[in-house]
Amino acid sequence: MSKRDIIICRCEDVSLADIHEALDMGYRDFESIKRILRVGMGPCQGQSCAHLVKNEIARYNKVNPETVKIHKTRPLISGVVLKDIAESDEDE
Amino acid sequence: MNRAEIVIVGAGISGLSIAYNLAKKGMKNIVVLDKSHFLAGATARCGAGVRQQWATELNCILARKSIEFFSHANETLNYHRDIEFKQGGYLILSTSKEEDIQFEKNVKLQNSLGIPTKHLTKDEALKIVPHLNPDSFTTATFCETDGHINPFLMSEAYYLAAQKLGVEFHFFNEVEDIVLEDGKIAKVITDKMEIQTNKVVDAAGGYAQEIGGMVGIDIPVYSENHEILVTERATQMLEPMVMSFSKNIYCQQVPHGSIMMGRNNPNALHNHDVSSSWRFLDKMAKTVNHILPEVAKQRVIRTWGGLYNITPDFQPIISDSNVKGFYIACGYSGHGFMFAPITGELLTEIILGEPLEYYAKALHMDRFNDMDKIDKEHSVV
Ligand SMILES: Cc1cc2nc3c(=O)[nH]c(=O)nc-3n(C[C@H](O)[C@H](O)[C@H](O)COP(=O)(O)OP(=O)(O)OC[C@H]3O[C@@H](n4cnc5c(N)ncnc54)[C@H](O)[C@@H]3O)c2cc1C
Repeated sequence: MSKRDIIICRCEDVSLADIHEALDMGYRDFESIKRILRVGMGPCQGQSCAHLVKNEIARYNKVNPETVKIHKTRPLISGVVLKDIAESDEDE
Repeated sequence: MNRAEIVIVGAGISGLSIAYNLAKKGMKNIVVLDKSHFLAGATARCGAGVRQQWATELNCILARKSIEFFSHANETLNYHRDIEFKQGGYLILSTSKEEDIQFEKNVKLQNSLGIPTKHLTKDEALKIVPHLNPDSFTTATFCETDGHINPFLMSEAYYLAAQKLGVEFHFFNEVEDIVLEDGKIAKVITDKMEIQTNKVVDAAGGYAQEIGGMVGIDIPVYSENHEILVTERATQMLEPMVMSFSKNIYCQQVPHGSIMMGRNNPNALHNHDVSSSWRFLDKMAKTVNHILPEVAKQRVIRTWGGLYNITPDFQPIISDSNVKGFYIACGYSGHGFMFAPITGELLTEIILGEPLEYYAKALHMDRFNDMDKIDKEHSVV
């Protein structure tokens, strides 16, 4: 299977080939790669791609995957409709 | 030991633009240091809106010139991707008689400087964004050449162009001290190396004050957290950036489809906090639900924070200083992304001792020696 056809981030449609190109260009950590390719920026916020990207970074840098940092967990953990928040405590 | 002609502290959009412009003018041996990964500061956290609708002449000029650059940046920088410059305009809502009057003045000023802003009635504004809540505003101003850019890719375009011109970048290198000898800059010390140099640019964004302190300069700026959120991808529903100073919101759909929005927290503390608060989400949701109810039906997927670095007049400092060889580019409040092209051009002229544009004087740090005379920018969120 070609690296182009292996999808790493389904939310933002990023392939394994894209990840390898970014690594080759010198983006060698999760945060930098995220800024260029949008991995982890979609609705799942990296829950499916982060560990895959982490492994690729570790392999490229020849380090233990445990030592590779991924992005910060930020609210919200799953998508919420803004209107629901707006109307949640009208009497405040 | 390493030697550099100049060391730029901070690889945000300001540092990148300065590095590129210096290299383009032929300077060799330029080193850019950043304490973290690519775009760790405000640049990657910002709304990346670019607008020319300002209330001071200076900001209007800076923004107009920067937009001229952005409109052909892909070609100028020979960029292999696209910076995604979307000129959908900025629609700025007025919500009171007083604001109407101020906007009338702003439009006159902007028009006199060649910025094509129009003052619109409510009906005219509703033609541009039909799902605006008609009860949430009175009139609006609209400038069709304002817009939005992908901040990551704009930065990468500068970064790659600067690299091609020979600029050297070192990430994960935190500047810890700057050593002076006989009042002149002698070397920069990071947690990983030392570099001999006689020139340093402080482009450290939210940490510009701290870098100034290393050479004994008290730059009159502070930093505070500004929060922002993004929704998941939505169908095309918002062409311009919609903004209101009085309702405290800016909201923009980017070409990718997601919608970004932010607001100012009047109670923000002066520090380096960039955390996310429930309070922001709550207020933001209420504000957008009031003004743009269709947008409020979208799912928010992430909130985050970034630092505004703020001067007493909400206009930047682009300046040399009383320490020979120490240059400053900071204090951009919420508009340092859009001013980056002009930041790089101006500071390069200052560093190379070239004749300066007439408005450059108004950006010098010395203006704060006489606080009574400063011209404050009020059109800010
Ligand atoms: C939520 C939000 C929304 C915004 N919206 C807009 C907008 O719509 N339009 C607009 O034009 N602007 C906007 N801004 C403002 C804009 O983001 C900033 O003005 C701009 O990005 C500043 O760029 P900079 O390069 O000066 O600073 P930064 O991008 O912060 O870069 C400074 C760099 O210096 C590095 N650094 C700091 N200390 C050290 C050290 N000791 N050693 C080495 N490196 C160091 C940091 O790691 C960082 O990478 C917004 C800002 C925020 C927070």
